Amino acid sequence: MAADSALALALVEEFVSGLVDSKAKEATKAVKDGEFTILQLVEALGLSLTSSQPHTRARGVQLLSEVLHECSNSLTEKEVEVLKTFYENRLKDHYVVTPPVLQGLKSLTKCTVLPSGSAVSMLRSLFQDVHVQSLMLAERACVYNMLINLMETREAELKSLGPDFVFGFVQSMDGERDPRNLLLSFQVASNIIHRGYDLGKFAEELFEVTSCYFPIDFSPPPNDPHGITKEELILALRSILTGTPVFAEFLLPLIIEKVDSDVQSSKLDSLQTLAACVSRYDYKDVAKFLEGLWTSIRREVFQTSSEKLEAAALSALQALTSCVSRCVQSSDSEDSLSCFLDLLIKDCKHHLSEPDLKLVWPSAKLLQAACSASIRASHIITAAVIPNLIEQYNSRTQCSQRRTLLEVLQKFIQSVKSLGSTEAEDNALFPYRSSLCGVVFSALTETNDSLQILATSALASLAQQTGLLDESDIELAVDHLTKLLLTDEDERVCRAVVDCAGTLAAEHPAQFISRMIPRLKMETFAVPLDADVPEASQGPSHQSLRGRCVAALASVSRGPSVVQQSTPVLLELISAAHTGSVQFTMEDVVLACHGLQRIADQVQVSEETEETGRCFHHLIIPRLLSLALQAALQDVPRPSPLLEESVLTAMVPVISSSCSRLQPKFAEETASKAVSLFLNGDVSFLPDNSFPSQIQLLKGDCWRQSQMVCLLMGCVCAAPRAVEVPHQDELLSALEELSLSSSHTLSYTSAAKCYAGLVNKRTPGEALDSLVQRTVKRVCSELDNPKSGVRSQAFTLMIWVAKALLLRYHPLSATLTDKLFSLLDDPDLGSVAADGFSLLMSDSSDVLNRALHADVRIMYRQRFFTDNSSKLVQGFHAATERKSNYLKALSNIVNKLPKQVQTTELPALLSLLLEGLSCPDLTVQMSTLSCLQPVLVQPPPALLQQLEALVSRLLALTSSPAMDVRMGSLRCIQALSHFPSHEILPFRGRVLRALSKPLDDRKRKVRSEAVQARGEWFLLGSPGGR
Amino acid sequence: MSSQLENANPVVFQRSGERLLTASEEDEDVHDPIDDREIFDLIRSINDPEHPLSLEELNVVEQVRVKVDDPGSTVGIEFTPTIPHCSMATLIGLSIKVKLLRSLPDRFKIDVHITPGSHASEEAVNKQLADKERVAAALENSSLLEVVNQCLSTHSI
Repeated sequence: MAADSALALALVEEFVSGLVDSKAKEATKAVKDGEFTILQLVEALGLSLTSSQPHTRARGVQLLSEVLHECSNSLTEKEVEVLKTFYENRLKDHYVVTPPVLQGLKSLTKCTVLPSGSAVSMLRSLFQDVHVQSLMLAERACVYNMLINLMETREAELKSLGPDFVFGFVQSMDGERDPRNLLLSFQVASNIIHRGYDLGKFAEELFEVTSCYFPIDFSPPPNDPHGITKEELILALRSILTGTPVFAEFLLPLIIEKVDSDVQSSKLDSLQTLAACVSRYDYKDVAKFLEGLWTSIRREVFQTSSEKLEAAALSALQALTSCVSRCVQSSDSEDSLSCFLDLLIKDCKHHLSEPDLKLVWPSAKLLQAACSASIRASHIITAAVIPNLIEQYNSRTQCSQRRTLLEVLQKFIQSVKSLGSTEAEDNALFPYRSSLCGVVFSALTETNDSLQILATSALASLAQQTGLLDESDIELAVDHLTKLLLTDEDERVCRAVVDCAGTLAAEHPAQFISRMIPRLKMETFAVPLDADVPEASQGPSHQSLRGRCVAALASVSRGPSVVQQSTPVLLELISAAHTGSVQFTMEDVVLACHGLQRIADQVQVSEETEETGRCFHHLIIPRLLSLALQAALQDVPRPSPLLEESVLTAMVPVISSSCSRLQPKFAEETASKAVSLFLNGDVSFLPDNSFPSQIQLLKGDCWRQSQMVCLLMGCVCAAPRAVEVPHQDELLSALEELSLSSSHTLSYTSAAKCYAGLVNKRTPGEALDSLVQRTVKRVCSELDNPKSGVRSQAFTLMIWVAKALLLRYHPLSATLTDKLFSLLDDPDLGSVAADGFSLLMSDSSDVLNRALHADVRIMYRQRFFTDNSSKLVQGFHAATERKSNYLKALSNIVNKLPKQVQTTELPALLSLLLEGLSCPDLTVQMSTLSCLQPVLVQPPPALLQQLEALVSRLLALTSSPAMDVRMGSLRCIQALSHFPSHEILPFRGRVLRALSKPLDDRKRKVRSEAVQARGEWFLLGSPGGR
Repeated sequence: MSSQLENANPVVFQRSGERLLTASEEDEDVHDPIDDREIFDLIRSINDPEHPLSLEELNVVEQVRVKVDDPGSTVGIEFTPTIPHCSMATLIGLSIKVKLLRSLPDRFKIDVHITPGSHASEEAVNKQLADKERVAAALENSSLLEVVNQCLSTHSI
């Protein structure tokens, strides 16, 4: 024991008199290890704590506090009690002692065994003896942290202090200036408000000490190590100010004052705060200020200078209106909501009668914002404006006025929307439904395109409201839409019609099944009467008509009932194209496939997928496979369009979308059926089964059959990873064989992709590794043999397998990518290898992407880049002839990297990029420019040191013979103008002079880039510019 | 603020769409002449000094009032102030002129004037805009240049 005390004494001596700070750590460790107890430490400290020198006392307390900081949880209740009393007492001591005392008290507040009642006594002495704002930054933080700790654990005790606690806090934070401490004190204030502390008569005081920071104006210093943002402070303060209705009478006048200021950010903050606070307020809280708030909001919207402000003002108005709507009406007073809305209507309504003038839009937006606030508000506002708008629409004849009126009407219909009321009669628009329908239908028959487009969106908005359109209206609408689709010449109108039909069909499928689909089917299969006559006559051409029908069929297929009617039409088209019974072109078939894909993509994941999934997996996929197989086996003079590459590649996404999105259990069936078809020639599941028994699709003797492997890819590579593909080993070796033996591009590429897709999803382990190693060996031996006839096949397989492995972070991917780097020097494959990097880094659409459940790790691109960028740089400097390949590879990689990585990694590559700009090869110039341009938006510091080189190279490229290079360099020059002005100002005159030449370029597109770039450079350093 | 605006609620016109790209514009070998629409595209997006609207939306400039002669290197623009007493007319004319000076090759002679009969002090404004020295002097005035630059910046908001 004596030895322990001696150790404690020695430590105390060295810390207090020797001023050796590290001894505090040793003491802490000793206490933790049990070498001496806190009590022994206190005894050892005895002399220092009773010293007559304040600094010695402070040092002693500091040692104790630092030990407590680490060991507070090993104390007993009794010890805590004693220490607490000691510390409280020390608060009255000399001011130099206060900081370590506060540290000690903070540690005690974290103790779990803090005896009850001690929180109150600690706070009482704290508030009484310490003037917080004359403390230093760290000690103030210490006080706030004490409060936060106690609020977490001793809520009931603090509440027993009543308003005294609030007053004490108000006094301690009054005048706080440091943002770090503000965040802490805001947290305390927010706890006070949100956890129901009694504010008593200090509500106004609490509001005063916090609201003096509103609106927050804070810009963190550059390289701020604390990472406090303006947004953090704004949100913290907002949660205090908006937290309680008690503040309403103080906050609302403040908001009005700040909205009226000239500073954009304070307007925005005030409006957002207003929207947040009124959600907690009652009518009585806001009543006095309604008129003032309305005037401010109206001014912001009428004379708005930014869309952000306008949006904030509108949502504030919406929140305010719903606050007023919540008020309970008393029988003796007038209806407060209608009083408020009358104010709005009085100020805005007359502007709606002047559809040519500017204020029609802001007025409409204000009314719509109020209208969307509550059911009652909707009723009041629609009653005031809709009849007038309808009447104006019917009486005005000018097209532009009608367009404005219709658009305003449409937005009103939308703004009533979001209120989920079940009874049709409750809908605010119900009284006007027939006249609204009249307006919409008459607009649909107008000759003006934009009116028609607006009418379709108004119709869609009407249809989304329950019960506004009855059955006969829907039928009429369907007829109108069908007619427009089949006769209108404008493609934009057509697209709008297709979208509108889709929206309507989701709500009312029956009318579309009975009226639209049969008509579309008829038109699709109609044979043009006189195909030789050039299409000079009216209406859309036959070709585009078919495209529209297919697009509309796809768009209306929103539910299983419609899908079952529409997909047979599309399948019939494909089949008729194959048999040749109707003259369909290849484009028609591709369109039909896109239609089917769209249907599979737009199925909402819900209970409906079962039925649609069955339709796709049991009917559509077998049918497509069967048709493709028939086409492949057929040996007739007229080749079926289904042999075309574009048709097959359009079929793949139909299959892969249904396998990835619809019903995994069906996907499993489809995968196993497809495997047995391709491996064993099992055709039993295909419809129209009249196939020969010996089919060997993966043997690669006949390209017509082997190219069908792309359909296999759709079937087996898209399903979720849990779905098991049978006979994988056999399948993989067949695919490998095909991809290395076929000479038909689509066949070997698809086989390689399919192989890669399977490898990517395979479970990790021995089997996968040995499989990959075998393939790597084989591929490399083919590539290393310059006389091999299948080098490009081997390359294709390699790049796809490399991608599959790279995506899942498989260690063997490095072998393949290293091979790829070495190929950059290859005389034949060098340029293809450089392009290969773009394939590695980009998402491919038909295989190996997240939508198809591939194993894609996050940030694989960054990883690849950091692992490999040095190889590129070295390779570039070592290369003699084919330097451009390295630059191309580099820009392919850098282009796909996220911005942050580009910015950090760029300095190392900058010299390479600059070299790329002066490389005579046009493609290298182009790819370097496109790689440079995104980087220039946020220039890394390294770039600023190279400005001279960069500017002169870019300016030289503006007279390149290739217009793409000229445009690219001009775009980069424009981006340069946003650099910090002190850096680029020296170049202004030179750039402006150089840019006057491309202003007279022979190509208009180049001139327009030059105009933009020069305009920006003129604004640089000029008053009112930047 | 509203009391300061001379015309708080002006008539708003529709904007024309983007120029459609033709195949010949993509072709490296074809020379695209500078035409009316190209000049109009240069000036239609100039901001009005008072409203967050473009000159096109206020119908101050119209494509039919733009005349260009590419081989002869001349451009003629007529602009129409929204109200006959608009005090901003000179400023608008100056903005158009500056925009064209910055955007057209040096060889062009640029003539900007008010549509005949649309402004009370038409002649005075036209004379100011035609006087090279006065334009140059105006641009030396930094507060005037500031307003012009604001009208010409693409991100006014």
